[in-house]
Amino acid sequence: MSGPSTYVPKSALGRWFESRLPIAGLIHGSFIAYPTPRNLNYWWTFGGILSFMLVAQIVTGIVLTMHYTPHVDLAFASVESIMRDVNWGWFLRYAHSNGASMFFVAVYIHMFRGVYYGSYKAPREVLWILGVIIYLLMMATGFLGYTLPWGQMSFWGATVITNFFTAIPLVGDAITTWLWGGYSVGNPTLNRFFALHYLLPFMIAGVVVLHVWALHVVGQNNPDGIEIKNVNRDAVAFTPYATIKDSFALVCFLILYAWFVFQVPNYLGHADNYIEANPLSTPAHIVPEWYYLPFYAILRAIPSKLGGVIAMFGSIAILAFLPWLDTSRVRSGKYRPMFKIFFWAFILCCLGLGYLGSMPAEGGYVIAARLLTTYYFGFFIIILPLLGIFETPKPVPASIADAVLARNGGAAAQPAE
Amino acid sequence: MATSSTVEPTRRDFLFIATGAAGAVGVGAVAWPLISQMNPDASTLAMASIEVDISAVPLGSIMTVKWRGKPVFVRHRTPKEIQEATSVPLAELPDPETDKQRVQKPEWLVVVGICTHLGCVPIGQAGSRGDYDGWFCPCHGSQYDTSGRIRRGPAPKNLEVPTYSFLSDTKLKIG
Ligand code: HEM
Ligand code: FES
Repeated sequence: MSGPSTYVPKSALGRWFESRLPIAGLIHGSFIAYPTPRNLNYWWTFGGILSFMLVAQIVTGIVLTMHYTPHVDLAFASVESIMRDVNWGWFLRYAHSNGASMFFVAVYIHMFRGVYYGSYKAPREVLWILGVIIYLLMMATGFLGYTLPWGQMSFWGATVITNFFTAIPLVGDAITTWLWGGYSVGNPTLNRFFALHYLLPFMIAGVVVLHVWALHVVGQNNPDGIEIKNVNRDAVAFTPYATIKDSFALVCFLILYAWFVFQVPNYLGHADNYIEANPLSTPAHIVPEWYYLPFYAILRAIPSKLGGVIAMFGSIAILAFLPWLDTSRVRSGKYRPMFKIFFWAFILCCLGLGYLGSMPAEGGYVIAARLLTTYYFGFFIIILPLLGIFETPKPVPASIADAVLARNGGAAAQPAE
Repeated sequence: MATSSTVEPTRRDFLFIATGAAGAVGVGAVAWPLISQMNPDASTLAMASIEVDISAVPLGSIMTVKWRGKPVFVRHRTPKEIQEATSVPLAELPDPETDKQRVQKPEWLVVVGICTHLGCVPIGQAGSRGDYDGWFCPCHGSQYDTSGRIRRGPAPKNLEVPTYSFLSDTKLKIG
C-alpha cells in the first residue's frame, strides 16, 4: 500500500540524514502522503483520538506519580493531598481518571465501527487481533490504576478481580497468593500493581506501533468495504484531508472530555472510593468501573464460579476469532440488510448488559442478564456464521469512486491530489 | 551438516541439542527468582499466627479479628444456632460437611470471613444474616448457615476453617 517512499528531503542535511536513517521518509509516507480512502466518515477519526488519549494518560500519569505514594498507609492520603495541596493536582487527577473513561468511550466506538464495517475481514485479521490485544492491555491498565487510590472500591474491586484466579482448578489458590504476595490484597499487591500500572501503557504504545504498521501494510477499510483500486480516483492524501478531519473530531471529543473533567468529574466514579480501604468490611454494593460492567454482568449471569469466570474471559477472547466466525463475503454492514438488524441488536445487548452489571444480582436482573448473555455469545457463534450463508447482500459498487459518485448523484468533483 | 542419508546423528547434532538444552536450563534458572519474588515474603510469612481473647464475646454475637490481612469470624453460638447447624441433612448441602468436622467446641465457630466466591466479607450483623441465620454476602448474594457452610448462591465452598487451637477457655490461637 504505502510502498517504498519517494520522499526526498529538501535540505542537504536532511538528505544526509535520510540516507542513514530514513525516519523522515517513514513519517512522510505514513502520515502525509499516505493514501486514505476518500469515503471515510467520522467513525474513522477515533484511531487518532485513541492515540491522543494514550499520550494524555501517559503525561498525566507521569506527573501524578511525582506526588503519589504506593503504600497501604499512605496511598489514600497522598491522593487526597494531590486533590487539595498539589498545584493543579485536582485537575491532573480528574484529567487522568476521566481520561481513562474517555479512552474507553473511544475504544468502544472504534471497535463497534470495526464490527459494523467488517474491518476484521481478510486481509485485516492481524490488525484486528492486535487491536483486541490493545483492548485487553487497556482493561488491565485501567483495573490496576483503579486500585491505586486505595479507596473501598479500589480494594474490593481488586479483591474480587484477583479472586477470579481462585476459580482455576488445583493451582488457583497458589496463583492468587502469588499475585497478591500475601494471603489477601495488601501492601505487596499495591506496590506491584503500581509498578505494572506504570509499565503497561508503554506496552500498549508498543502494540499500537504494530497496529499502525499492520494498518499501513493492508490499508484502511472504509464505509463501503471496497479496497482502493485506483489511488487517484479512490483515495486522498492523509495530509491535509485526514489530518484536518481527525483534528476537528478530536476537538469535539475534547469538549466532551473537558465537560466531564470540569463539570462532573466524579460522575463516572463511585462515592465509596472516597472512603479509605477497609479489609474488614465490604461495601454493600460493589461495582466495577463502567467500562467493565457488561463483562461483570456476564460473570454474574452464570450460576457457577468457574463457569462465570470462563464466560467472562470468553466473552472478550471470542473477539479475536471474529474474522473466522463471520462467513459473509461482503465486508461492509452497509450492504448487509440482515446483519444490520442483528448488529444493532448486539449494541443494545451490550448496553443492556452494562446496565445489568450495575444492578444487584437478584431476581429479574439475573434472568435478563442470562438472556442477554445468550444473545451475546449467539451473535458470534450462531448468527454471524449462518448469516454469511442465508443473507442476500445488496450489490456492492465496483469501486470507492463509484460508491461516492452514486451517493452524490454522479455530481462529485474529482478529489484534489 | 547432517544429510538426510545419514541415519547416524553427527557430533554437530549432539552439540546443537546440548547447547540448546543448557541454554533453556539457564533461562529457567534466571526466570525462577523473577517469578518467585512475587510470592509472600519472609515478613508476611512471619505474621502467620495470632492470639485472641474471646472472653468478651457475648452469646449470639460475632467478633471479627484480622489474621494474615483477612477477617476471621469468631462466633459464640447460641444453643438454637448449634441445633440449626447440626440438624441439616448432609444431602441438602452443596459442600457437604458435618458441623462436628468444622468446630472444636460447639459453642465456638471460627471461620475465615472471606466469601469463597470472589472474596468479599459476608455480613453477619444481627438482622442481616440471610435466610440461614449465618452470613449473607452482599457482593453476589451467597448465603451461609450457622456453621459457615454455603447454602445458596454462587460460592462453591464453605467458609474456610483456619488452623486454630484453644490455649485456655478464653484464649484462642489462630494460625
Ligand atoms: C493506558 C493508560 C492509562 C489508563 C487507562 C490509566 C487509568 C487509571 C485509573 C482508572 C486510575 C484511577 C484514577 C482514580 O480514580 O483516582 C489511575 C490512577 C493512577 N495512574 Fe493511571 N492510567 C494510565 C496510564 C498511566 C501512566 C502511564 C502512569 C504513570 C507513568 C499512571 C499513573 C497513575 C497514578 C500515579 C495513579 C494514582 C493517582 C490517582 O489515583 O489519581 N497512569 N490510572
Ligand atoms: S463474593 Fe460473595 S457472593 Fe460473590
